[in-house]
Amino acid sequence: MSGIAVSTTINGDEVEYLCQADETLLDVLRDRLEMTGTKEGCGTGDCGACSVMVDGRLVCSCLVLGAEVQGSTIETIEGMADGADLHPLQQKFIEHAALQCGVCTPGFLIAAKDLLERNPNPTEEEIRFGLAGNLCRCTGYDKIVRAVQDAAQEMKG
Amino acid sequence: MGFDAAFEKKKKLNSVGTRPLRPDGVEKVTGKARYGADFNMPGQLVGRILRSPHAHAKIKKIDTTKAEKLKGVKAVITAKDLPDLTDGNSDLYDVLDNCMAREKALYDGHAVAAVAAIDAATARKALKLIKVDYKILPHVTDVDEAADAKAPLVREGVFTTGVDPKPAKPSNITNRSQYGHGDVEGGMAEADFIVGRTFKTEQTHQGYIEPHACVASVNSDGNAELWVCTQGHFVYRQNCADLLGMDASKLRVTSSEIGGGFGGKTHVWSEPVALALSRKAGRPVKLVMSREEVFRASGPTSATSIDVRIGAKKDGTVTAAEATLRYTCGPYPGMWAELGAMTAFAPYDFANVKTVGYEVLVNRPKVAAYRAPSAPMAAFAVESAVDELAGKIGMDPVKFRIKNAAKEGSRASYGPVYGPIGIGPTLEAAKKHPHMKAPLGKNQGRGMACGFWFNFGGQTCSNINIGEDGTVNLAVGTVDVGGSRASLSLVAAEELGVPYEQIKAVIGDTGTLGHNDMTDGSRGTFSSSLATISAARNAISIMKERAAKMWDIPVEHVEWENGHAVAKGKKYGNLPKLSVKDIAAKAGRTGGPIAGHSELVADGAGVSFATHICDIEVDPQTGATKVLRYTVIQDAGKAVHPTYVEGQYQGGAAQGIGWALNEEYIYGKDGRLQNPGFLDYRIPVCSDLPMIDTQILEIPNPNHPYGVRGVGETSIVPPLAAIANAVSNAVDARMTHIPMSPPRILKALETEAAE
Amino acid sequence: MVAIKIWGGLSAATNGQTELEIDANYIRELFAKLEERYPGVKPYIERGIAVSIDGVIYRDTWSKELPDGAEIFLLPRLEGG
Repeated sequence: MSGIAVSTTINGDEVEYLCQADETLLDVLRDRLEMTGTKEGCGTGDCGACSVMVDGRLVCSCLVLGAEVQGSTIETIEGMADGADLHPLQQKFIEHAALQCGVCTPGFLIAAKDLLERNPNPTEEEIRFGLAGNLCRCTGYDKIVRAVQDAAQEMKG
Repeated sequence: MGFDAAFEKKKKLNSVGTRPLRPDGVEKVTGKARYGADFNMPGQLVGRILRSPHAHAKIKKIDTTKAEKLKGVKAVITAKDLPDLTDGNSDLYDVLDNCMAREKALYDGHAVAAVAAIDAATARKALKLIKVDYKILPHVTDVDEAADAKAPLVREGVFTTGVDPKPAKPSNITNRSQYGHGDVEGGMAEADFIVGRTFKTEQTHQGYIEPHACVASVNSDGNAELWVCTQGHFVYRQNCADLLGMDASKLRVTSSEIGGGFGGKTHVWSEPVALALSRKAGRPVKLVMSREEVFRASGPTSATSIDVRIGAKKDGTVTAAEATLRYTCGPYPGMWAELGAMTAFAPYDFANVKTVGYEVLVNRPKVAAYRAPSAPMAAFAVESAVDELAGKIGMDPVKFRIKNAAKEGSRASYGPVYGPIGIGPTLEAAKKHPHMKAPLGKNQGRGMACGFWFNFGGQTCSNINIGEDGTVNLAVGTVDVGGSRASLSLVAAEELGVPYEQIKAVIGDTGTLGHNDMTDGSRGTFSSSLATISAARNAISIMKERAAKMWDIPVEHVEWENGHAVAKGKKYGNLPKLSVKDIAAKAGRTGGPIAGHSELVADGAGVSFATHICDIEVDPQTGATKVLRYTVIQDAGKAVHPTYVEGQYQGGAAQGIGWALNEEYIYGKDGRLQNPGFLDYRIPVCSDLPMIDTQILEIPNPNHPYGVRGVGETSIVPPLAAIANAVSNAVDARMTHIPMSPPRILKALETEAAE
Repeated sequence: MVAIKIWGGLSAATNGQTELEIDANYIRELFAKLEERYPGVKPYIERGIAVSIDGVIYRDTWSKELPDGAEIFLLPRLEGG
């Protein structure tokens, strides 16, 4: 079984890998590149735990093939903080206790960052619909919405 | 218990009750935290399980030869590789049979064989090469159909226990339980109003976002390791050791970060299979369930059918109440209906009350605990009937409940007499809450309901180790499912008198601490805080001895104040106090490392009550619902970290909302699960919910130095009923079937219109 | 002597008795004497019996004292989530 050679940019670094035709981007990230910050909750695009950015678009990495992202730019949770400095969303998630078990958190952070980049001043309703593709079973979403609201305020300066 | 855990009323708390940042926060927001599937071992194989496509079938033969011959396959196992070592322990035998079907496949998704291969593609191919020869048997999945005398038998030779005389014929009802006191028929005769109805609830799943995952490695010398997401690694270790004939001491189990459990990770499913595969292959095996497997084979709670009858006088005094509860157990006996029977009327002080529970076997997955197991369904039935009865009398539903609420000295419907409890205060708080007075619009309804859960303690072991620099390691054995490392660090900081930031809490593996029971029954913070308090007090007594040595004075003259050893008495009062850091720095010369240990059984967890209020809008055209406002009022005893207590309240309410409105297992006529995925089994998403307001009451538990009760479970008990009452008020028709999905609401509207 | 009440299910093993008088000072002694008098209770004890003493449920502390005049109620050992 010879693999398909793929060159991408992940979190600013050039990355090359070989993958099989049926492997998802999620499989590649987790199993080949050992970037396990991106989680698998369902494998069918229903839970959002595997959210990443591909060329500026929010996607479920379980629905993208590893071979599809040749030449693409990918952003994952591992690249969200600037070195030791947390992104405001990461900081606000901790401050507001917007995570309990934390397994959905990477996906929420990627989706929330995308939301705030597109809409820096969202209403509560816009946040709720903007994050409706991500499932959380622990928090009831209350503290997640508050963390995103607070981060939006802070990012506006 | 080794130390006196009585409530210390005068104790001033400095750390406990504050809201610091959690210690595992950065790891989790940066993706560094390692969950079940985020761990690998050198040379690891991929494990996959073959599952029965039939709801009920005899396994005539399994042919694995072709799969074994496939290149890259390193082990294939069936039930033969997991011989029965359970020695007459029927509960353990059921666990074994559930891990790998022996003679019959008992539900759609029941494991029948497993493979370990060099990669996932090979493992998948190998599963297809395993030939299972089934003889399909008649099945039953509905609770009422299964309870019928004519139903196909899920297991042979089941004669209902708890009935006298023993039944002559076998059935699917494994046990009958009964609770209550007084004379129900006599009480009913005194009633001016009686409400009697039958309610149904459908089966739901805990729905944790992280599927079950483990990595197992068994060596030929009997040493083994298991990395696993679990609510209780010590219990998993013992279960796996018992099922595989291993020494528990040689099986080291490390609990990963856990991506949600809610009771669903209290039970081994694939872990013994992974260990058996590794034993056979001689290499580590990683086994991760798919979401479909999680739905088909793990978890779920019971589906139920419940009859309730309650009678009251015109003045609102309840004269009698009874309930008959039928709960599915899956294909193995459980005590699920019994827990429903115990909790159903627990919030109330009724003179005449009786509950009867029937455990019903069906061809569905083995029921596992789900957050306050069995209580939400019983509360749905009871609280719906209570609301309807209040309406018939013409009394406000809150006042009606206050009039009949249990208090200290009331006999609980499950037997004992209550100590200090919080049901009355939560109801009084609800009565005063502005939510109760807020205006409602067209097609909107308000509902409220109460809930109860016991809370548990259990075996617990904690260690405190003081480093040479005076900083503190706290090792606990209860898995952190929702922020308990933060709350337990607060407890250690409180006792030692050092800053929270100076404590580092970790979950110890099975090789480093004594046995700990599961993090279940809302016991994590309750039990481990007792062990932490005790361990800290032991460490303090050692530090006092060391300080005495450093000063060269008798230890009787040393006291511990605000994180320092202080010399007392005229003779020594001028000695400068010694900090933990000072004492730790000299530990090598005063007797060696400083530690405090605690091993105890944390009994005496306080019972917990909650009252919920919610507003719902119903679209009469489609039957769709919208939760407009939701308020949770619950007694915490003492909130150690109030933010995470709120989180428990909100999370339980959200799960209850999903259960009430959307979530259900849907089985086809063929007995196969039709919606094993998050698309068709729809849990609440962010846009489905409003903010969830919380009010924490603190009625101290007399059996904890700070008054802590458990808080994790009770919040899922009232929502089913609170929402059903709100919907019933909005549409002016009594909702009796959960979930209240749009088709069911439309049907209720049509029935109402026809009447 | 302590007066104990037991849940309905256990009365199958106590000839239908739901209220008993037993000479015991501790939970362990209570279980031992109960088993002595009603051998059918043994499997229940092995499976787990919780003891409510004045409303506080003890599932595991067999060394717990049974105070004079306390309200003692036996329940099946519970499971939680």
